[in-house]
Amino acid sequence: MANLIVTDQLVAQRDVFGNTLVELIDRDPRTYVLDGDLANSTKADIVSKERPDHFLEMGIAEQNMMGVAAGMASCGLIPWLSSFAVFLVNRDLDQLRVVVAQPNLNVKIGAGYTGLLTGKTGKTHQEVSDIAIMRAMPNLTVLAPADGVETRQAMLAANEWEGPVYLRLTRDPHPTIFDADHDFRIGAAYIVREGTDVTIMSTGVQTVRALRAADLLAADGVSAHVLHVPSIKPIDVAAIVAAGQKTGRVVATEDHTIIGGLGGAVAEILAENAPTPMARVGIGDTYGESAPNEELLEKYGLTPAHVAASARRLLQSGSGVAHI
Amino acid sequence: MSADGRVSPARLQELRRTAIQLRRHVVESVHHAGAGHLGGPMSAAEILTALYFEVMDIDPATPSDPDRDRFILSKGHCSIGLYAVLAQRGYFLEEELKTFDAIDSRLQGHPDMAVLPGLDMSTGSLGQGLSPGIGMALAARLQGKSYHTWVVVGDGDSQEGQIWEAAFVAGRYGLDNLTCILDWNGLQQYGWSTEAGYGNDNRLPPQENPAARWQAFGWRTEEIDGHDLEQIITACGQARAASGAPTLIIARTVKGKGISYMEGDYSWHSRPVTDEDLRLARQELAAQEEAL
Repeated sequence: MANLIVTDQLVAQRDVFGNTLVELIDRDPRTYVLDGDLANSTKADIVSKERPDHFLEMGIAEQNMMGVAAGMASCGLIPWLSSFAVFLVNRDLDQLRVVVAQPNLNVKIGAGYTGLLTGKTGKTHQEVSDIAIMRAMPNLTVLAPADGVETRQAMLAANEWEGPVYLRLTRDPHPTIFDADHDFRIGAAYIVREGTDVTIMSTGVQTVRALRAADLLAADGVSAHVLHVPSIKPIDVAAIVAAGQKTGRVVATEDHTIIGGLGGAVAEILAENAPTPMARVGIGDTYGESAPNEELLEKYGLTPAHVAASARRLLQSGSGVAHI
Repeated sequence: MSADGRVSPARLQELRRTAIQLRRHVVESVHHAGAGHLGGPMSAAEILTALYFEVMDIDPATPSDPDRDRFILSKGHCSIGLYAVLAQRGYFLEEELKTFDAIDSRLQGHPDMAVLPGLDMSTGSLGQGLSPGIGMALAARLQGKSYHTWVVVGDGDSQEGQIWEAAFVAGRYGLDNLTCILDWNGLQQYGWSTEAGYGNDNRLPPQENPAARWQAFGWRTEEIDGHDLEQIITACGQARAASGAPTLIIARTVKGKGISYMEGDYSWHSRPVTDEDLRLARQELAAQEEAL
């Protein structure tokens, strides 16, 4: 079991992103950062201040930026793209497909501002389908770390990984789950709480809410197992199957639509390997809106109470109903 | 090329012969494959010949040399022209051209760098080739290398907005180690056409003035006859020597050039080559070779 230490020490993944880019450049000078005019939001601006020679402004032109990264990678450099996920996923999807994923070039996509919590920017700026889109793209590795500690470790791993990586990050501060002994590995899932009655599987910062849901369930006498899945592709099939078999009930939750994301991936794996009643807790087949974070989580069904309620229903009825 | 940048008459004759042979490979390969793109490879035949046989600093024996010049065919559907010149230059045996578009072939319908050594970038979705060229030119600058990056774009290709994102950024960074050659053949698969007589005006193209457009983005430009090898080689030499800005060479070309029944007919963008088509094409190319 990982070193579960949910603390109230709040850390924003974007701050870790900016600082870790500097660390990556120092560790491997082939690393460069390409910005799509949002570095002061994504915090890649830390690089422009501290390692300006490794920072290339590309302007508001994501299609070109993706292609430039491909060209740099083909010459042995390690380009990191920085922008909002909505643009990096949608605006240059064809460029990602043709000049990065198909030739398997070593481009790293730092996708900031995923999910609903994007600072009151609304549906145009909330990326709620990226896991589904990115995991369907051959050759692409897809990572969604839970906290600051894991974000840094995922970036170190991504920089050493030969091939394109999509890194799913969020804007606002979240509690810290892992301590420095955490051993993030691409392809691995982590048990962050042991339990016996139901498994909650989660990815990204939603794992904080999964753990709080487990607390709520414990108060009712329900023992929840929590499996954190930061590596969406490659995914830890063995850990997902083992957890499903251990508890016989699975709730998958994520700050993403319930279509094709972690819940979809878990359903595919369980259906083929160990059919298990399950429920998906995420955003319904809909887009978000601009509002304060807590109100968004409440309206779109992502709070610990929503996750816990879904687990209780699953335990009572024995059948999975998507909670949306 | 001699020290003063001029090419000897004998060498030019040799290159003209190479371009004719390139066209022969294209039409034979597409005939063998059953169907494929013809008009575009034909319009680019002299451009590809000049680049691979005279202009670029490359060695087929070391296709991954980090110091080599880079080439990107942004109009990736003209792949068979690129494969032909790569085979002629010695990157692989000309015999392999027969595998074009076949299962397990390294010669995919559109250039796939993942399977064929010698390809510096994968292309095929239009408008995407110039941006990786910027990445390669920036990489040269960041790594202190002196290689030059060459990108061939089409006029249809540059209807995509990404070309203009790229033009803007290349101009901004003053990438004088990057040259873009516009194969301006004026025809595309269907769409806009400079040829009149297709029924009404709805297919006539928007106002075109590539020199003014690219200059506005900070590029130096030069306009040449894209079938004149001497002009291409001279313009490329000047582009390599230029400093402070990327160069656009506007190469005026004829789609389907070299095969009379293909010239200027958009339907030859891509279609099957019949046995009779092949016979006529061979006959015309042989006559051109004879006349050299």
